[in-house]
Amino acid sequence: MLLSIKNLQAAVEDKQILKGINLQVNAGEVHAIMGPNGSGKSSLASVLAGRENYEVTGGEVLFDGKDLLELSPEDRAREGLFLAFQYPVEIPGVSNINFLRTALNEIRAYHNQPPLEAKEFLKLTRENQKLVEFDAKLTNRSLNEGFSGGEKKRNEIFQLAMLNPKLSILDETDSGLDIDALRIVANGVNKLRSEKNAFIVITHYQRLLEYIVPDFVHVLYDGRIVKSGTKELALELEEKGYDWIKEPVTSESI
Amino acid sequence: MANKSDDILEEYSSKEYEFGFVTDIEMEIAPKGLSEETIHYISAKKQEPQWLLDWRLKGYHSFLKAEDPHWQNFELPKVDFQGISYYAAPKSRAKYKSIDEVDPELIATFEKLGIPLSEQKVLAGVAVDAVFDSVSVATTFKETLKEHGIIFCSVSEAVQEHPELVQKYLGSVVPHSDNIYASLNSAVFSDGSFVYIPKGVRCPMELSTYFRINTENTGQFERTLIIADEGSYVSYLEGCTAPKRDENQLHAAVVELIALENAEIKYSTVQNWYPGDKEGNGGIYNFVTKRGVCRGANAKISWTQVETGSAITWKYPSVILQGDHSTGEFYSVAVTKGKQIADTGTKMFHIGKNTKSRIISKGISAGEGQNSYRGLVQVGSKAENARNFTQCDSLLIGNRCGAHTFPYIESKNNTATIEHEATTSKIGEDQIFYLNQRGIDTEKAVALIVNGYAKEVLNQLPMEFAVEAQKLLSISLEGSVG
Repeated sequence: MLLSIKNLQAAVEDKQILKGINLQVNAGEVHAIMGPNGSGKSSLASVLAGRENYEVTGGEVLFDGKDLLELSPEDRAREGLFLAFQYPVEIPGVSNINFLRTALNEIRAYHNQPPLEAKEFLKLTRENQKLVEFDAKLTNRSLNEGFSGGEKKRNEIFQLAMLNPKLSILDETDSGLDIDALRIVANGVNKLRSEKNAFIVITHYQRLLEYIVPDFVHVLYDGRIVKSGTKELALELEEKGYDWIKEPVTSESI
Repeated sequence: MANKSDDILEEYSSKEYEFGFVTDIEMEIAPKGLSEETIHYISAKKQEPQWLLDWRLKGYHSFLKAEDPHWQNFELPKVDFQGISYYAAPKSRAKYKSIDEVDPELIATFEKLGIPLSEQKVLAGVAVDAVFDSVSVATTFKETLKEHGIIFCSVSEAVQEHPELVQKYLGSVVPHSDNIYASLNSAVFSDGSFVYIPKGVRCPMELSTYFRINTENTGQFERTLIIADEGSYVSYLEGCTAPKRDENQLHAAVVELIALENAEIKYSTVQNWYPGDKEGNGGIYNFVTKRGVCRGANAKISWTQVETGSAITWKYPSVILQGDHSTGEFYSVAVTKGKQIADTGTKMFHIGKNTKSRIISKGISAGEGQNSYRGLVQVGSKAENARNFTQCDSLLIGNRCGAHTFPYIESKNNTATIEHEATTSKIGEDQIFYLNQRGIDTEKAVALIVNGYAKEVLNQLPMEFAVEAQKLLSISLEGSVG
């Protein structure tokens, strides 16, 4: 079991956002989490990544056997948890490549590995640029500075490819993308899928799931997973909207 | 988790200043207080010629007439000029013929500061003049430089051995009546570095002076004079530290640069005086007058400063662009944290035709630090086609600090082109979290962001010091994100 979430509860400024999430993810699986706006999808991603303004009020999360909630955000990343941000930040003056090299070497240091040689690093960079169709010119620019919305999202996937995490959470990576950008992002993810890693794809729309086909689909509503199923559930949601799941709220897990 | 930023702040507040130790060495210290007698005492100690004593006394009289400035963006602390001792020198000193004669305790002090002085260990490619309180204790690579006709020694030595140069240039850029602290310096300056680069010589190594304040209740009043004769080039760097003390100490230096026709002077400062503790007790008042003149055509003067220390930093390294086609540059990174204050910037006086100036200022404020950029670009009526570009950026860390900008532009020639750009940004929690999420801890994240922000200025430093300066920036901001 790669990720095991039990009865996870979290609040922001005393407002309860997550009200008991249960979810289990194995290596090799892709889980989609869908739900209406404000249901807690992005909050779940933030809590798992360790964003400071969320207070965990109950439950437990095991990540590869470790108590995830005890780890600092950077240690969660070093353990192999990656969040592709919905709104990637811009950091002027810090080149994309310098940032990636720092990140990669910090993660390596955590696992008692020496820093990557410049040559190997460049080779890895070139391979992954190609894999996720990331423009080489953007690699040398300041991190996300002046990038278009699509370029930022593609940069997230490029970083994902470079850091090779065990679990990737894509937080509404499809939002704001046109169909071509969406296809490039999805292709990148599909190429990176393996038996050793897992993905949680958070999305509001079924569209992305046509390209990244999930093994499981969960519907989040009011801080709980109210329905779980396979990829057909996404189609059903597309057809019926979210209203029909809003009625009886029960906690449920697979 | 919610209190993480508090923890970091806490850790930061208790962070020790690395260079706060005191060297225990027997010192000869002048009685406290300032009078004509004090000046006679200093001048006699240094066996100075009459003209210099006279000049000092003129400085003293200018000082008596001068008033405290009132335009600065901070409350000027009352300095008790009678409570300061104006001369402090290690006692054993007669005049060191070689480094072997220098007190081992002094050598050890500079070694601890990362400035090896013994011949075996000297920094390759960098000649160092080490100033301890009021006197220069050693200058390395003197002989090598001599072969090129370059003079690099303490000002005291220059007064004895090259009086004609000192007399000609001392006070020619910063007159003894310039401002109250420059007047004070003129009256009591004790030592500093002197550099003369002959015509057509490109100085083969970096020249560097390291200033160390050690003794209690003393001020440091050094005077640096650099003359680059026609067609010559020199790159010079100064660094500074002081022990931790509860009392404030005054550092009122004067630096004068003279670049003749086709000459270039690059002057870099890495300032890390003791900044005071977290409550704002102690620390150095760094009240410094630095000015250069491009006297001939095509001359160039470039100031680069990385200011991380001092309780108050108050200085405006300036360039008088007298020669046609001359160039002035100012690159600055000023960091204020805790209760530190910096009011710094530059003045560019365009007098000659086709003169150019470039100003890049990067202020970084953290904690309760206050950072002001103050700059003047003045274009005279004969300065045809003068050009200036100013970029003035402020970076805020946390929400209790401040950044202020006071740009002044005065142009009397309508052919001038003057550009001014300014930005203010904040290191956001979002940026830190983003970097955390990629496996980079908060300290490293801040260092990455700050060094990225200051890159344009750091790139101007001589290579040997750029890495040091980067580290210094990272260290001085450790834990300041909250």
